[in-house]
Amino acid sequence: MSEILSRKSLSPNVFQITVAAPAIAAGARAGQFVVIIPATQAERIPLTIADSDQAKGTITIIFQLAGATTRLLTSLQVGEKIPHILGPLGVPSEIEKFGRVVVVGGGVGIAEIYPVVKALTAAGNEVVTIVGARNKELLIFQSELSVVSCQLLVATDDGSSGRKGFVTELLAEAIKERPVQRVIAVGPVPMMKACCDLTREAGIKTIVSLNTLMLDATGMCGVCRVKVGGENRFACVEGPDFDGHLVDFADLTSRLGTYKDLEKKADDHVCRLLRGKNG
Amino acid sequence: MAEDKTNARMRERPVAERIRDFEEVPLGYTAQQAVAEAKRCLQCKDPKCVKGCPVEIDIPAFIKLIAQGLPAEAASKIKETNSLPAVCGRVCPQEEQCELTCILNAKKAPIAIGSLERFAAEAESKENTEPRRSAAGSASIAVIGSGPAGLTCAGDLAKLGYQVTVFESLHVIGGVLQYGIPEFRLPKKIVDLEVQYVKSLGVKIVSDHLVDEIDGLLKEYQAVFVGSGAGLPNFLGVPGENLPGVYSANEFLFRVNMMKAYKFPEYLTPVKIGKKVAVIGAGNVAMDAARVSLRLGAEEVLIVYRRSRGEMPARREEIVRCEEEGVKFHLLTAPIALYPDQSGWVKEMECEKMELGEPDQSGRRRPITVPGSEFKLPIDTVIVAIGNSPNPLIIRRNPGVRANDRGGIIVDDRQATSLPGVFAGGDIVRGSATVISAMGDGKRAARRIDEYLRAAGQRL
Repeated sequence: MSEILSRKSLSPNVFQITVAAPAIAAGARAGQFVVIIPATQAERIPLTIADSDQAKGTITIIFQLAGATTRLLTSLQVGEKIPHILGPLGVPSEIEKFGRVVVVGGGVGIAEIYPVVKALTAAGNEVVTIVGARNKELLIFQSELSVVSCQLLVATDDGSSGRKGFVTELLAEAIKERPVQRVIAVGPVPMMKACCDLTREAGIKTIVSLNTLMLDATGMCGVCRVKVGGENRFACVEGPDFDGHLVDFADLTSRLGTYKDLEKKADDHVCRLLRGKNG
Repeated sequence: MAEDKTNARMRERPVAERIRDFEEVPLGYTAQQAVAEAKRCLQCKDPKCVKGCPVEIDIPAFIKLIAQGLPAEAASKIKETNSLPAVCGRVCPQEEQCELTCILNAKKAPIAIGSLERFAAEAESKENTEPRRSAAGSASIAVIGSGPAGLTCAGDLAKLGYQVTVFESLHVIGGVLQYGIPEFRLPKKIVDLEVQYVKSLGVKIVSDHLVDEIDGLLKEYQAVFVGSGAGLPNFLGVPGENLPGVYSANEFLFRVNMMKAYKFPEYLTPVKIGKKVAVIGAGNVAMDAARVSLRLGAEEVLIVYRRSRGEMPARREEIVRCEEEGVKFHLLTAPIALYPDQSGWVKEMECEKMELGEPDQSGRRRPITVPGSEFKLPIDTVIVAIGNSPNPLIIRRNPGVRANDRGGIIVDDRQATSLPGVFAGGDIVRGSATVISAMGDGKRAARRIDEYLRAAGQRL
């Protein structure tokens, strides 16, 4: 049971909640995640820890409304409790002094890169942060990221903020400008794949954070398996970070689509429940 | 004396009815059946059955109480050494343990000890007998994992007067009893009652709590028992194994048992079952997965196993129930590749036939490929049930605890690990074993922990 201390929407479908979870806050490191069950009948869903405050005993989670279980999570108000939250899970991101590092975030990944950028900067790296979204409205965490980055570059599909185009164009330019020792990409699978294709040619080690399906998320069920370097790896206990040049993105995409057709049915059920509860 | 040749069978729900739901299949003894069966017991002076019981139940004593019409007292007798009788009565392989060593085997059917244990446990849960709380001792012990090993260890230590806290990472208490064994074989309300009993002994249970570093725990607790259970599932290593429609048994059963996917969308975790399901493997988990598949609406369910019937590791009664329910067995058959349809979903399994050669290290005859025997089976769901490794988390985060090359914690013959004050048992040591062997480990560890703490002067 963890109380929601604050809650706000960052964009039409992206929400930020801060939760009292002292034990998780005490151990959380960049790149780790929690599993949340927002209601008795809900799924167990993995969500990245976007920030944590050890002194206050809180963690911050950013999530996108993407279906039934996240809809239940958005329905919880300040003062209400999340019935089950487990973490910190996953292997923390590798943080050391690499030199010049480009961190790319797309969609809700923009918030998920925040702790990584913060930790990399604290470790003495020159961090160039590149974020991308469909439009200006969907750009989140801009002030937070600008504080911890050397440079913050923006791309939007419609040109309503920053460069009109894709994050990969900005990444290519950053690499051309001066040598980059490492790239980290967090976001939609096509974005991560495009970044990896680009850096493979340039020979720059690139880490991606994989948001696979998960159930127990503690190394038991095997649903998070993904082919990395030709071998099955398990994102919950061996990830979520992997060497992007070795990830089989087609395998990942196909597995992520397993339940697509049932997601709508579940969401409709939750919508009916919530309408009943509110009306 | 025809009835003497067999022991009394529990009533069972008819096949046509039971394969449509998840309700329990055997219905348990009537009081009359139980007393009659209990009276067949010879009350041996040197009971062989007890030697076959990993949790050392005084079997003749509890059976005598049933024969006398005192089932609640029988349950109390069992609980002197076994905190989970309703579980054991249902899922122990008694035919390989207490019932195997029953003296009656020489001439007749052995006493149906498992069915009697279940009957006693049931009688008590109906009468809701409150157990006595033990006095709290001075030492505190942490137990990692609330499965059969952890609950047994915790219960035994609480009975000895220690303060025990169990840490469970999942949101429900019971480990494999919850996520692994289906409702129709072990109803979850039975598990909840047994957990309630362990709590009533004074054991504190914390859910949603992942134990990271044992060193940290050792600052607060004088001893630690690690019963963190099963880990990553084994896969076949054949092409196509990551296609949608291919589950590990762990995943499939977790969705259905733990997350109640069979009630989707009332419960939001989905599961997809096709028309024709192939379950790979022939252990109890494979049988469970096959029977769950039928209940989810599969039209045809196959067990695909590379050895022959004689080597199938599942309990006889589970194999029989599977067959009764219509599961088909493809023996001496091994999958070599899985192929997708146009949408990417698994649609076909290529297999080859096997024959048995010389015995291997496990003593079972090694399956050998029959050249040129490849054939394809149309299927749309595959469940891989070929075992799992121990859970990786504790090992990865605690290099001080020595593990073998399979990732299992190394223990001595009394469950002590390489780290002083830390003990382990169950699947985290064994890989994949039975509920009762895990319970035996938990019991042995509790006794050893008591000795360890006494030697350290930690006990009152």
